[in-house]
Amino acid sequence: MSLPEQADDSITLDTFLEGVWRQNPVFVMVLGMCPTLAVTVSAINALSMGVATTFVLVSSCLLISMIRNLVPKEVRIATYIVIIATFVTLVDYLIQAVSLKLYEALGAFIQLIVVNCIILGRAEAHASKHPPLKSVINALGMGVGFTIGLFALGGTREILGAGNLFGISLFGEHFQPWVVMVLPPGGFFVLGGWLLLFALLRSKPATEGGH
Amino acid sequence: MAHESVGLIFVSTLLANNFVLAMFLGLCPFLGVSGRLGTAFPMGVATTFVMLVASLCAYGLNLLLSYFQLDFLRLISYIVVIASSVQLVEMVLKKYSPALFRALGIYLPLITTNCAVLGVALFQTAREYNFTQSLAFSFGGGAGFTLALVLMASLRERLQLANVPTLVQGTALSLILAGLLSLSFMGFAGLGGGE
Repeated sequence: MSLPEQADDSITLDTFLEGVWRQNPVFVMVLGMCPTLAVTVSAINALSMGVATTFVLVSSCLLISMIRNLVPKEVRIATYIVIIATFVTLVDYLIQAVSLKLYEALGAFIQLIVVNCIILGRAEAHASKHPPLKSVINALGMGVGFTIGLFALGGTREILGAGNLFGISLFGEHFQPWVVMVLPPGGFFVLGGWLLLFALLRSKPATEGGH
Repeated sequence: MAHESVGLIFVSTLLANNFVLAMFLGLCPFLGVSGRLGTAFPMGVATTFVMLVASLCAYGLNLLLSYFQLDFLRLISYIVVIASSVQLVEMVLKKYSPALFRALGIYLPLITTNCAVLGVALFQTAREYNFTQSLAFSFGGGAGFTLALVLMASLRERLQLANVPTLVQGTALSLILAGLLSLSFMGFAGLGGGE
């Protein structure tokens, strides 16, 4: 989807909702898969990863949008990635200061937010062409969509794999945990299952002529 | 952690801790380029090369940064080094193999945002590997990535002949395939010492 140079600058509800539903980064665009699958062994890890990514996404989109007319076209990707890396370093130190336990659980994947395609993709496709306020709203939508996706995955895997949600036991002690779900193959299976569900949901309105 | 032998590191990153199938690094190219065997293998080789270069540079950079106590610059300098080495590979490929260059398309510059490459640099720093260990780690990681990519591409080529329901086709199918592949790679767990 290539946007024209003179893009529409008006802010509508769709600016926000685009990322949450129509172009959800996890379920529709299938971007940023590495953190999506690696950290979603429990709901709380997934949620914190989503929030951290959203913060980086929103702040780097704001900055990139503000300097969009100053950066020469040839070096824009390099500029973006340095900006993103700066914010990620910030988040990395922040999480380390707030909760060491969380920092150890997420491990190198906090620093790997840098190479999350969602952020660079948003910077290139949206923030570099739109004024700050609109980019921030759009980035926020994307971040919320990403967090919802992560939470759906993390929640499912924690419920199936450990019988817990946020560490609270759901099924009593007779539940036999489905251990494979918290192991690497489970990540692939659960995401595959969610994608199937979404494909099913979207194929129905299409036959009725909905959007 | 830092006193494992070189052979052990290589085998364990190649199989038991395969970057793609056990550690979820580098999934974007894994799902994107694994459609055909002809592009999957060169992509793996190119990524391995970038990994080796990045790992060497990261090792040197890390010495320099800890000498000057500039640890907070680590991430930024790593990513700049990786971006430049990808540029190098891109120029070499464009000169010597234009056909391959076109086939890899958008996925070539995207090696920059391949988490596996940055992952190599970050993990070797975190585990305090020495020079030869870093080299074995990055080569094992690259070889493992290539192996996973080639296996996946072969599976998907076979699947083109299969009768798959339309709803399942596309990414969902690839993910379930990857899950099965990952399940079989779990059989290697414990090989190379595990934790």
